[in-house]
Amino acid sequence: MLSESLKAKFEEIIARYPLKRSAIVPLLMFGQDEIGYVSDELIEEVARAVGVPAIEVIEDVGYYSMLHRQPIGKYNLQVCTNVSCMLRGGEAIFAHCSKRLGIGHKQTTPDGLFSLEEVECIGACCGAPAMQVNYDYYENLTPAKVDQLIDQLREAHRNLGSGTGE
Amino acid sequence: MPDYQSYAQGSPLEVKVISKRFGLPNSASIDVFLAHEGYQALVKALKMTPEEVINEVKNSGLRGRGGAGFNTGMKWSFVPRQSPKPKYVVCNADESEPATCKDRPLMEYDPHQLIEGIIIAGYAIGSHQGYIYIRGEYRYLMEILDRAIAEAYQRGYLGKNILGSGFDFDLATHTGAGAYECGEETALLNSLEGLRGYPRVKPPFPAVVGLYGCPTVVNNVETLSNVPAILLMGAEAYAKLGTPKNGGTRLFCLSGHINRPGVYELPMGFPLRRMIEEVGGGLRGGKKLKAVIPGGSSCPVLSADQIDVPMDFDSLAKIGSMLGSGGVVVIDEDTCMVKLAWRIMKFYAHESCGWCIPCREGTAWLQALLARFHSGGGLPQDPDTALDASYNMLGKTLCPLGDAAALPMISILKKFHHEFEEHLKLGKCPFEKNGTGAF
Repeated sequence: MLSESLKAKFEEIIARYPLKRSAIVPLLMFGQDEIGYVSDELIEEVARAVGVPAIEVIEDVGYYSMLHRQPIGKYNLQVCTNVSCMLRGGEAIFAHCSKRLGIGHKQTTPDGLFSLEEVECIGACCGAPAMQVNYDYYENLTPAKVDQLIDQLREAHRNLGSGTGE
Repeated sequence: MPDYQSYAQGSPLEVKVISKRFGLPNSASIDVFLAHEGYQALVKALKMTPEEVINEVKNSGLRGRGGAGFNTGMKWSFVPRQSPKPKYVVCNADESEPATCKDRPLMEYDPHQLIEGIIIAGYAIGSHQGYIYIRGEYRYLMEILDRAIAEAYQRGYLGKNILGSGFDFDLATHTGAGAYECGEETALLNSLEGLRGYPRVKPPFPAVVGLYGCPTVVNNVETLSNVPAILLMGAEAYAKLGTPKNGGTRLFCLSGHINRPGVYELPMGFPLRRMIEEVGGGLRGGKKLKAVIPGGSSCPVLSADQIDVPMDFDSLAKIGSMLGSGGVVVIDEDTCMVKLAWRIMKFYAHESCGWCIPCREGTAWLQALLARFHSGGGLPQDPDTALDASYNMLGKTLCPLGDAAALPMISILKKFHHEFEEHLKLGKCPFEKNGTGAF
């Protein structure tokens, strides 16, 4: 079941367009943000909300690289290795993340906490090498800064977990 | 989120027209914007006729900052104003061209300048609805823009009867979900209609048949952000900032092996050598320059002896390259150009939407060829094969992605042929020892 606040968000977004189907991709993005991935239920809900067959929503899911059909880690590390980042050590940052987390491109740690992805240009070229953790930017990275960040994210998760009884 | 002072080092050589509010505290708020000329251009525009606004923009020499460099006022004038259909303004905030990160500060530090530009564009072409199509990765910028749009509605700069003029205009943001191809204007329109981002056949051009089949203007963030300044200072003064037919300033994103990477606002036609040496502080570690990508990864690469060039659309076209999106990548002597070519091709192979076969197949084959070649398994005929494949992509696709992949490839094959020969001779990458050449 989608949350009431997400349903309200869906309605608000759909109202922006003269043609409801324009809302498909934004609804999938905001739905994924809440659920963690594009579930079958989300596809059905989006299709119903904009009035198209589910297959047309699935077509879109297969096209856009930020939409995931499987659950991914709570923190998705997206390391840029495109030209500007490559020239300033982006590949070494990716390799460091991979070694530190014990996972490769598009893999998730067994505890479900981290995913790793090598991504194309994220528009942080003047702060290269850079990555995004979910939607947050981290720039001018070094292996030491990456270690620090991973520790901080673990810590943040632990603190959150104790508060909610997880 | 860093504030602008810590984000950018700045340069005394900058001419700040569209970045002039960047350093102000809380620069994204409507109150700061209003205290610094904000929405004054809109007040002025609403007292002019739409034709006068279009002519002013045309005469300013403003050319599309997304990469194509088409005269913006001209683009607006192609919209059939008498058409009974609704008309749309779409702001392309799908900034995805590798090495380009200039639209980010424009939306982060001055969202109202962009919104003002969009409203003026709407008034000029007779539109009552605008959309900002923003790449999915830029979610924090979408939140900034949503807040700014809400402020503009509250103060009466958006909505019904703007400033008592009788002109109505609504504006909303729209998130993408990761697709370089959607930066191409017709693919963007398909995406905005809820479809896959495949390009459309042109003509008809979006100005006549665009969003929902209606007349539509698609302009880049930086392009629209320039509009308020043009109306305030006048077309002539704006044009004079740049070179003939290349009006105004430009945000250049200096990246790569440079001492002071950053986004700098410089006059159109600013010499590339001075940009590297004086604005960017020269090459990191005192290394020698090998090559420069002048405007994003789609542009033919310049060799070190080609940097005495004014950075405007026409001057770069004259030496066989492009000003593109303003992403200037400085590349030092230790860099393997075969590897660089492979990395560029890997990007285009990943982003090709697959709609046109020369692009879909060409990028994938070239990526595989370059990977093999760089790792030491190259064949003597490979460079010629790669050149042939590149020429067979040029001009054979619906959108410019095929050209964008082929052009840098051809330039590297021609200007750095000797590096391909060295790979063949050694049976491995000659730059491996520098630590930057290996995969």
